[in-house]
Amino acid sequence: MDQLDQLVAQAGVDFAAAADSAALETAKARYLGKGGSLTELLKGLGKLDPEARKTAGAEINKAKSAIEAQLNARRDALQQAALEAQLAAEALDVTLPGRGAGIGGLHPVVRTLERVEQLFRSIGFDVAEGPEIETDFYNFTALNTPANHPARSMHDTFYLENGDNVLLRTHTSPVQIRAMQAHVAAYKDRDTMPELRVIAPGRVYRVDSDATHSPMFHQVEGLWVGESVSFADLKGVVADFLRNFFESDDLQVRFRPSFFPFTEPSAEIDVAFMSGALKGRWLEIAGCGMMHPNVLRHGGIDPERYTGFAFGMGPDRLTMLRYGVNDLRLFFEGDLRFLGQFR
Amino acid sequence: MQFSELWLRSFVSPDLDSDQLGHLLTMAGLEVEEQDGVAAVFSKVVVAQIVEAEKHPNADKLRVCKVDAGQGELLQIVCGAPNAAAGIKIPCALVGADLAGFGIKAAKLRGVESFGMLCSAKELGISDESGGLLVLPEDAPVGTDLRDYLALDDTLFTIKLTPNRADCLSLTGIAREVAALTGSPLSLVACAPVAAAHADTRAIVLDAPEACPRYAGRIIRGVDAKASTPEWMKQRLARSGIRSISALVDVTNYVMLELGQPLHAFDNAKLAGAIHVRLPQPGEQVLLLNGQTITPAADTLLIADEARALALAGIMGGEDSGITLDTTELFLESAFFAPDAIAGRARAYGFSSDASYRFERGVDFALAGQAIERATRLILDICGGEAGPVVEAVAADKLPARAPIRLRASRVRRVLGIDLSADAVAGMFERLELQVSREGDDFIVTPPSYRFDVEIEEDLIEEIARIHGYDNIPSHAPRGPITMLPRPEAKRDTMSLRRQVAAREYQEVINFAFVEEAWEKDLAGNTNPVRLANPIASQMSVMRSTLIGGLVANVVTNRKRQTTRVRVFEIGRCFAHDAAGQPVDGYHQPVRIAALAAGFAKPEQWGEANRNVDFFDVKADLEALLFPRVAEFERASHPALHPGRSASVKVDGKVVGFIGEVHPVWVQRYELGTAPVVFELDLDVLLQSVTPAYAELSRFPAVTRDLALVVDQQVASGALLAGLQAVAPAIVQRIELFDQYQGKGVEPNRKSLAFRVVMQETQRTLEDTEVDAAMNALTRHAEEALGAKLRG
Repeated sequence: MDQLDQLVAQAGVDFAAAADSAALETAKARYLGKGGSLTELLKGLGKLDPEARKTAGAEINKAKSAIEAQLNARRDALQQAALEAQLAAEALDVTLPGRGAGIGGLHPVVRTLERVEQLFRSIGFDVAEGPEIETDFYNFTALNTPANHPARSMHDTFYLENGDNVLLRTHTSPVQIRAMQAHVAAYKDRDTMPELRVIAPGRVYRVDSDATHSPMFHQVEGLWVGESVSFADLKGVVADFLRNFFESDDLQVRFRPSFFPFTEPSAEIDVAFMSGALKGRWLEIAGCGMMHPNVLRHGGIDPERYTGFAFGMGPDRLTMLRYGVNDLRLFFEGDLRFLGQFR
Repeated sequence: MQFSELWLRSFVSPDLDSDQLGHLLTMAGLEVEEQDGVAAVFSKVVVAQIVEAEKHPNADKLRVCKVDAGQGELLQIVCGAPNAAAGIKIPCALVGADLAGFGIKAAKLRGVESFGMLCSAKELGISDESGGLLVLPEDAPVGTDLRDYLALDDTLFTIKLTPNRADCLSLTGIAREVAALTGSPLSLVACAPVAAAHADTRAIVLDAPEACPRYAGRIIRGVDAKASTPEWMKQRLARSGIRSISALVDVTNYVMLELGQPLHAFDNAKLAGAIHVRLPQPGEQVLLLNGQTITPAADTLLIADEARALALAGIMGGEDSGITLDTTELFLESAFFAPDAIAGRARAYGFSSDASYRFERGVDFALAGQAIERATRLILDICGGEAGPVVEAVAADKLPARAPIRLRASRVRRVLGIDLSADAVAGMFERLELQVSREGDDFIVTPPSYRFDVEIEEDLIEEIARIHGYDNIPSHAPRGPITMLPRPEAKRDTMSLRRQVAAREYQEVINFAFVEEAWEKDLAGNTNPVRLANPIASQMSVMRSTLIGGLVANVVTNRKRQTTRVRVFEIGRCFAHDAAGQPVDGYHQPVRIAALAAGFAKPEQWGEANRNVDFFDVKADLEALLFPRVAEFERASHPALHPGRSASVKVDGKVVGFIGEVHPVWVQRYELGTAPVVFELDLDVLLQSVTPAYAELSRFPAVTRDLALVVDQQVASGALLAGLQAVAPAIVQRIELFDQYQGKGVEPNRKSLAFRVVMQETQRTLEDTEVDAAMNALTRHAEEALGAKLRG
């Protein structure tokens, strides 16, 4: 049956020549359609004797299957080609920037405050706040700094017009008193008061303005009051914090005797980096000490039963040291080129 | 407090070099701020005398000098200094000398040989004086090493004293401290009494014994006020930062630095009768040494005689009772004024003095007698004259008490977290010259008259910590009961809110809380802002009642720096007078959040056409921040905002803030370019959230119908929607506005609003009749109550 083989071969050639599915269907009709060559051959089978018809029929069906297989293969190939053409046509310039909005960011000092809060929260400190217009009592007197105390001259205080002993707080320390009073009130009906562990970040104000002083700046106050809180604990907590904050295990931390009316003993905390531009220099970074008994009393806490430590540090300065910012004023100018560096 | 190391070492000289001494002081709480040699490092510089000075043959400005430097023969040295002249004594660097690394060699200058260099003060690092050679006193011994002659192997220490350590405002005080810290022997200056050579006295009356419980005075006659101050004294004063004025003044300053007792010398000839230490009479005036005439306040202590007020006690002397170069007879005052009587007074008059600085912090109340003897001795030695007897008035019961303090060993352990033996503690107290007795484990301690900072047990614990060394106290890892902190799910923390705002492309800023008064008036309509009594500048004179002013200023700043697309936010306190304000009476101090967007809605890009940000962009941001809580917006006017493009923001029926486009008048006045859109809210509102609650999902199909209503243009879509929601039957799950249309097919002044109504039941499929009934109910309500017409 050379004729059948030829037909199959010819169909293969015709199908391959079909450039699209319409041409393929036309070519298919020539072989498998109503008047198609193979259909005609099948129709002619009726004229043969049964034995020959059986043999011929099988041959023809075999050829038909072969033609159909070629047809399907060609269909798939065409479909694949069409898909590829479509995909090629749809290709994008993937290097174009993404469409839509950009992102903003946090203020660099707030980034620092966030880290400070996270680190202290991890050892059980809560975050407290206090008013920025404060009374003379909370800002000074309750902190063991009575009127005319020489320590008051260390603070150049903003006072309010027509205000009766009201001022802009010069430090976050008044939150110590407010936090203690709130804590005592919350547990007044209990025999034992749980430990008070609080940090209080916020804005403070002093009459001072140059490259290293801003009339408004930030502080973070911290305090821990309990039945067995000592200076050794203070050293441990603050040093632990500073090493974690600066992510530097070899950061040098030293405690140097100093004076604050509201703590005793008092210390300044200096740090020295072991590498970088400031390597080896002692940098003053915070003040701290054991809470003065008068301060505990003003908070409603018995200093015989409880002791506590307090510290106050400057997140603006921490931020400058951490990111290498050299002018404090940049923090408060709102220049997006500067602020955008800290997203 | 500035002082010379050599002076200190005359009292106590521990086996430490200068750097170690500085470290010792810093780590004991006397922070060394500066520490510098008094001169540069140099060698082979000697006292010399110019014997001849002749013009250089080849150079107009140079001189050829013959110099006697004690070398046996005269040296020829070429010198360019304008004051080089025969006869003067000057420093001479010999050949082989080293001036801070610069070697001196024999050289030829313009053809003339030169063997050495004559020096200015600047070349030796002694001062900045470079105008000519340093001229030495006529009696300076030729050939002597200059370092020895001027005592240049000395270091200046500047220490930053904390207000509690008044006892260290003198060389004696610092020496005591160094001795206590190191255990080195202390040899303080002797103040032997000077015998009276005449009997003249002046009576002293303590009219205000609380303020001045001790006053000693003495008349010294026949002094030569024009005598010159000895070089050693001038040098010590200079190295303490005090200029030499005249011998008498110099002595009083010297004794103050040496012992810590401020003194005052009156011209005795100008005094009348007894000295009174009293409070002022009404209207009384004093002309001070600094030329200022003041009317002292009722609590300012005066020194007076029987005729008039002479001086502000412990603060400043008077102009017309003080000593001059013509004074021959003086009345020397050495007194104790109570800190409370002096504190804050000088500051109130706008100045400060060395005396008031010391008295307000506390001067040794037992020192007056020794100081007057010491000063008398020095005056007699320098200015001659003869001293009368010391008259001392004392109100012993008004002197500061030094009550014994009980120190419990257990308390030391508790506060410091270290164990110290009783003997170790006793040793420290001994070195601090504290009087101590023991009662069991306790110490009973009486502080000395010069310590004003030791009153309670904690003060002693601090002393122990200092002497023991802060470095020697261990660091403990934090220990304490571990209890969890509450974290309410329905409350957001401010930090995560900030991140959310930043994620919507706002940059956080921190603006000053004090602002220009005009901002308050323009942008908040606030004519009664909280004003500062002492603002740092007029444009920072009132406290802000809104954050908007600062954000608007941020636009201005950034536009000046070529950034016109500005998206900023701030979280901060605002301030207003409010009778009900708490926790500080009379002031409302809420924390607010405000955001501002100006310029293009999105960063300039290829993908979308540029358009300016508008009300609805910012409203979407605000709604997203509030989600899942839903706010109501109502047209409202605000001084900062465009009246047609601003709204109040209500949450739970309460107005919590506003949103809107900045008023065109302010856009023009503040030069903002395009109109920024802002919102401001009470922060608390954004910190409240809700804990989600599950509602059953329906397995039955939902039915969706649209409802297009034509209403007057003035009708607020929100009001219409709220009206529909109010009357919707229970099967209505939600109603959403999805289109607004004006134009063809809708009458002018009317608009069409299209709502999608979604209806569903959880237990069954809805019947068409119920759906129709619900839609009819909504339509009827819209028509009857809201004047709407169904769009045909």
